[in-house]
Formats: sequence, structure tokens, C-alpha cells
Amino acid sequence: MDNAIIIGAGPAGLTAAVTCAEKGLDVVVIDEYMRAGGRLLGQLYEEPNGNWWNGIKESTKLYKKAVDLGVNFHLNTAVNNIENSNGIWTIYTERETFHTPSLLLATGAAEAPVPVPGWTLPGVMSVGAAQVMTNVHRVKPGERGVIIGVNVLSAAIAMELQLAGVEVASLTLPKTNQMTQDAGKPKEVLDSLLHVSHMAPSPFVRYGSKLMKNDFMKKLGVNFYPKKGVKMWDIPIQLRKAVTKIYGEDEVEGVTLATINADGEVVSGSEEHIPVDFVCIAGGLYPLAELAAVAGCPFYLVEELGGYVPLHNERMESPLEGLYVAGNITGIEGAKVAAAQGRTAGLSMAHHAGMDELDGEIKNSIEWTEQTRDNAHIQFHPEIETGRKKILQQWDAYQSNKKRSVVSNSRGGIT
Amino acid sequence: MTRRILDHPILGKMEDNNYVSFTFNQKGYKGLENESLAAALLANGIRTLRHHEESGSPRGIYCNIGHCYECRVSVDGQQGIRACLTPVKEGMTVESDGQLPSSKRR
Ligand SMILES: Cc1cc2nc3c(=O)[nH]c(=O)nc-3n(C[C@H](O)[C@H](O)[C@H](O)COP(=O)(O)OP(=O)(O)OC[C@H]3O[C@@H](n4cnc5c(N)ncnc54)[C@H](O)[C@@H]3O)c2cc1C
Ligand code: FES
Repeated sequence: MDNAIIIGAGPAGLTAAVTCAEKGLDVVVIDEYMRAGGRLLGQLYEEPNGNWWNGIKESTKLYKKAVDLGVNFHLNTAVNNIENSNGIWTIYTERETFHTPSLLLATGAAEAPVPVPGWTLPGVMSVGAAQVMTNVHRVKPGERGVIIGVNVLSAAIAMELQLAGVEVASLTLPKTNQMTQDAGKPKEVLDSLLHVSHMAPSPFVRYGSKLMKNDFMKKLGVNFYPKKGVKMWDIPIQLRKAVTKIYGEDEVEGVTLATINADGEVVSGSEEHIPVDFVCIAGGLYPLAELAAVAGCPFYLVEELGGYVPLHNERMESPLEGLYVAGNITGIEGAKVAAAQGRTAGLSMAHHAGMDELDGEIKNSIEWTEQTRDNAHIQFHPEIETGRKKILQQWDAYQSNKKRSVVSNSRGGIT
Repeated sequence: MTRRILDHPILGKMEDNNYVSFTFNQKGYKGLENESLAAALLANGIRTLRHHEESGSPRGIYCNIGHCYECRVSVDGQQGIRACLTPVKEGMTVESDGQLPSSKRR
């Protein structure tokens, strides 16, 4: 039996592990990837102060710290199921079974797919896949590619590809269909891009965002948006074009690109072929919360957090005894926020293990998370704060319902 | 031809240089010890990891982090292994998974 088990060795899980170990707990971390760091590994961008955020370095630092504190790592180990009985969590992996009274789920996020015709061809991959190949494995996803889907992540990764000498022929939209929905509409995309404009050296996007505060101006922005697109870091961003098809015999050979109107409809006869040897699809991120569902944790759909998230409070406690959540499983945000949440979870777990007088530290850690959120360089949803409030309201509602049902149940018992 | 990014303006020079030998569909390749099979194969110019069980259409990696199961291969006789999560080791025998002889020939 271990005092604390953490599933996921991303920034949230690693920080929680360090925190628990510092408080004297025996900690086990389980991750299916072969290296600790989670999605932090592939991150690489320049911060406003001119420093480079190097995910590999940050991951190594956290991992070493955890190992030095005696944290036990089981990498290359996928967790298939978790179960609680009599206050003890059992964790089933491909290899061994683990037991603990205190379990943290820090499984992060996954990328939503966007099915574009031809997307199963070898050479088509998620934009995160290209990030990991390029920055972690140092293998080029290809020589020249197109990125389908314009959002914060794809814009950041386009730049990372270019930095590594991989040509990005275009950052563009998918053709609209039932599945792509807003991701294929220039107006909605422009809307979502306004809050990343500070990352863009392109004056059009930067100054444009201040101009386009209201819907009317945005519509104008799309209508006047040059057909050839604008360039960000020398990469053409084409919001007036969409990929209608990815083609190739046995592998990707190119994409068919067409001009679209402001509502995303293809202008017939405008199709052209762009030869590329890889294609990235950027469908956005959603919380990877399967294990919390398996455990029976209540879920809520909060758009601002990226999808369905397990119910939790500010202390990163779930309503299930001894079950904690931290990082992107609770909502899509950057690595620094995930790490801050991991610290809070670690402290809550130490508290659960019987350590007293942690309330002050927990409170500070919650405040630190909020500060980190306010100062975040990358934000995946402009209304993240609203989303955080919504889930806390759900928590309060759930707790008071529970109290009420306990009261009515006990009354029922008397009569 | 090399698809590796040996020098990177921010990440610097690649430090690993411990190459190991493995086979994929009976052909010999070299990869860096402990890099993922998916990365090692791509560095050798190989994108197609298997053919779809029914349609026979070629498939390669999609997510590269273990979520989609598109990259299933057999490793040393064990089926259903995700190439993006499996570190390359000396002498590994890797084969395409779920590839029906008929779809292979066509
Ligand atoms: C593809 C991708 C790219 C991203 N790129 C960026 C970026 O460039 N910049 C940015 O700020 N944010 C990025 N993010 C957001 C990212 O999620 C956060 O920055 C941060 O890494 C979240 O930390 P975390 O600890 O919550 O989860 P993660 O870092 O995702 O770590 C979760 C870990 O859990 C493991 N895991 C999941 N399920 C299981 C299981 N069943 N069994 C065992 N192990 C499991 C995973 O292998 C992973 O290592 C990206 C997210 C994704 C999915
Ligand atoms: S590429 Fe998705 S699981 Fe391997």
C-alpha cells in the first residue's frame, strides 16, 4: 500500500508528487508514456520577457526533483481501470495492481479530431503529434505541411515547426460540415483568435484585434480579410480558404484548398492543389477524464473548460473520498496553471493522510493558482474564469443537495 | 537522407547517438535507443505502420501520444502494441498488425 498514487506525470502530476513527497508521503507515479513530463515535453515558445519556455528542460527539472525526493515512477504503464472499496482505491494497470487511500487523476487533455476527407492517410496527424515528433523526438513530421484548424495551439505549433526547419505552407480551415461546426467558419475562428493576438507579431492580427471588439466589426474583418491571407511568423494564415480534401495514393501527397465565404461555404471552381508530404489537424483540446468517469465521479459540461469535467472544488478534491483531480482533466489551461493545481492537490492529499495545519498552505496555493491564471501567456479559452466559477457553483449545489438528501433519507428511516 | 533535426536553434544539438538495430516487416533499420518506434520508423521514412483490418487502407500515427490506437503493431510477437508509446530496443522484431494477406498483396 502506498500513501499516495498519482496517475499522469505531466506538470500537474509531477508537481503533486513533489509536494506529497516533501510532506513525507510515499508516492507512486504511473504514466503510460515512456518519459515523464506529459504534454509539457513538447512545449517551446518565447515568453514576453524574451525567455524561452523549454518544456523538455522544465520536465526534466521536475522529474529529477521528484526522483531525488524518493518518488517511485512506473512509466510505460497504462492504467486501465480504478475501483474503490472500503476507502481503498485499487489501480489496475497492464502490469501490476496498486492500492492507496489517496489517488490523484492528472491525466491531462486529448485532441479532438476533425474528420476531413482523406484524414486516415499516413502522413495526416494531429497537430500535437507533429509537436512531439519535432520537439521531443527531433524527427521532422515531413518537409512541407499544411495545418487544418486555426486556434491557439495550432498557431503556436506552426511556429515551432518553422523553427525546426519544417515548412508550413498554410494554416487554414477545414471545410464546414456537421462535425467541424464553428472550426470551419472564418467569423467564429477570428473571434476565438482575438485573445491570442498578443502572440502575433503580424500587425494585422495585433491591431486588428483592438478594432474588432464588436460583432459588426468582426464580420467586416472577415469580409475584408485578404483572400491570400495574412502572415504570422512568415506562415500564411488563410481564413478565407478551407481544405476540402487530403489526397494521396498510399500516403499524403497534397491537399485541395478552396476559397470560402464568411460563413464557410466553398466558392465553386476555386479549388487548387497544394503539394505537401504531411498534414496536421487541429481540432482543439478536451479534458481526458475517462478514469474519473469509471470511478463514478459526477460530470458537468462546461464549454469554457473544454468539455466534460469531473466535479471538483478549489482544493482539487472530487466528491469521492480520497479521489483528487488536477491539471487539464479539470479544464484546458497552460502548463503553469496545471502545476499550480498539482501543488494544491498534493497538499490536500497530505492533509488527507493526516497531516495537520496545512490549511494556510492550501489557501496560499489556491491563490497562487489564480495569480498564475491571470498572468498566463497562453490561454485556451477567453472565458476560462467563468468556467472555473461554474464548476465551483456545481460543487456547492451538489454538496447542499447531498445534505438535503441525507436529511430526507434519515426522516424516511424514522417513519 | 535524414529526417532528424540534429541541430535546433533553441533546443541545440541532439545529444543521443546510441543507435540500435531492429526489424520492421523483416527489413532491418536503425533507431535511437529508447526513442519511440513511431519516431524511429518515421526517421527512416516509414509512415505506414499497418493496413486497416477490413478496408486494407494504409494507416500511420495520428495522435503520437497513446490516445487513438492508430499505430498498433506487433512487437516480438505480441500484437496490439502502440508504436508511439514503445521505446526501441536492440534486436526488436516489429511487424504490421491486423494486416490480412489479401489486403497486403493488393
Ligand atoms: C497534444 C497537446 C499539445 C499541447 N501543447 C501545449 C502547448 O504547446 N502549450 C501549452 O501551454 N499547453 C499545451 N497543451 C495543454 C497541456 O495539456 C497543458 O499545458 C499541460 O501539459 C497539462 O498538464 P497535465 O499535467 O494536466 O496533463 P499532461 O501534461 O497531459 O499529462 C498527463 C499525463 O497523463 C498520462 N496519462 C493519461 N492517461 C493515462 C492512463 N490511463 N494511464 C497512464 N497514464 C496516463 C499521459 O501519458 C500524460 O503523460 C497541450 C495539450 C495537448 C493534449
Ligand atoms: S498514434 Fe495514437 S495511439 Fe499511437
